[in-house]
Amino acid sequence: MRLGVLFSGGKDSTLALHLAAEKEEVVCLITVVSKNPESYMFHTPNIDVTALQAEALGLPLVSVITEGQKEGELADLERAITEAKSRFQIDGVVTGAVESVYQASRVQRICNRLDVWCFNPLWKHDQIALLETFVEKKFKVIISGIFAYPLDEKWLGKQIDAQVIARLVELQGQYGISPSGEGGEIETTVLDAPMFKQKIEVLESAIEAKDNCGVFQIKQARLVPK
Amino acid sequence: MILVVDMNWKRGSLAFNEFVPPIVSVVQPLEECVVKHFLDVKQAELESYSKIILSGTTLKDHATLKQIEKFDWIKTCGKPILGICAGMQTIALVFNVPLRACLQVGMAEITTLKENPLFQGKFNAYTLHNYSVEPSQNFETLAESTKCIQAIKHKQKNICGVLFHPEVRNQEILKRFIQSDSLKMGTTIS
Repeated sequence: MRLGVLFSGGKDSTLALHLAAEKEEVVCLITVVSKNPESYMFHTPNIDVTALQAEALGLPLVSVITEGQKEGELADLERAITEAKSRFQIDGVVTGAVESVYQASRVQRICNRLDVWCFNPLWKHDQIALLETFVEKKFKVIISGIFAYPLDEKWLGKQIDAQVIARLVELQGQYGISPSGEGGEIETTVLDAPMFKQKIEVLESAIEAKDNCGVFQIKQARLVPK
Repeated sequence: MILVVDMNWKRGSLAFNEFVPPIVSVVQPLEECVVKHFLDVKQAELESYSKIILSGTTLKDHATLKQIEKFDWIKTCGKPILGICAGMQTIALVFNVPLRACLQVGMAEITTLKENPLFQGKFNAYTLHNYSVEPSQNFETLAESTKCIQAIKHKQKNICGVLFHPEVRNQEILKRFIQSDSLKMGTTIS
């Protein structure tokens, strides 16, 4: 089965890509770039890095831009999947959805309309176990966005490791934060993963943060040998 | 020991993670369970299980519906069975109940029509299906949405089906199936 992966460049879509590639043939990545930083559907920080990630993975990238208005985003996603279907003859789409019925059901409806399969290999999986998977499988994942109290700019740019996971679990207990950011509390960017043929080196970055909202913006990056 | 049957189109499919472990994670703390793909279920081995759960599948996967002869054991094993989504559709076809096209994706309000040990009243549930079932003389309709039948129970056997996904929302329904002694039905709710 030929598959396109809905790819934000964050940890969940990258793990979904790995799981999909173990079972079927992944032929392209599909990215929707939202101009709206509060997009309902799409992870936003460092979305421009997806082109570099796609190059590191050796996969073509189907990228469409959306204004990021609630239902308009869905029309743009449908446009992107349609393009992937016609350019790469995909039979199915893979998402990194874990908990969000909102996101998952909207993608399901679009796939159904376009007559393609829809796979969610991380669906309902334990969030802490998923975070630990990134460490075990040697993904280099950095926190590139924080959007909830008590997270602050000190978290931005940090790599997810055992210590960070332990702290996120503590915050889950104290403040009810979803440790893997399922409620939009954190966003991530993957700089290296087992399927990457090269890894991403950040050459220039900037932190923009106010109170408990902020992003780690990758201004300049390049691919380097692993 | 509970048997959870993987109803996806092939062994070790990409859809397995989405439809089987979420059931196991609810069942396992209550009772040990074993997972088998539907192609690997053997009638002779079923005696060792106390109850059986049939998983759902992706929207485009109708493999079990095209190989209904592989599910004759549903009629004869005598074990309590709960079919989820494709599992319910499969149960219906095994007993010659026709399917009816009905697309629902996302949260839907479910209304209980007949008292039963699994759920009651109105509740919201996660749906992901292209087909429901027609009403049948051999099955009670336990619940419906505004669009179609959402839950059924065989009138003589401990076999029931839910079209919605209790492993996604309403996990207590799965727990009640595991913990209830019988699936005896109560009165029809008017």
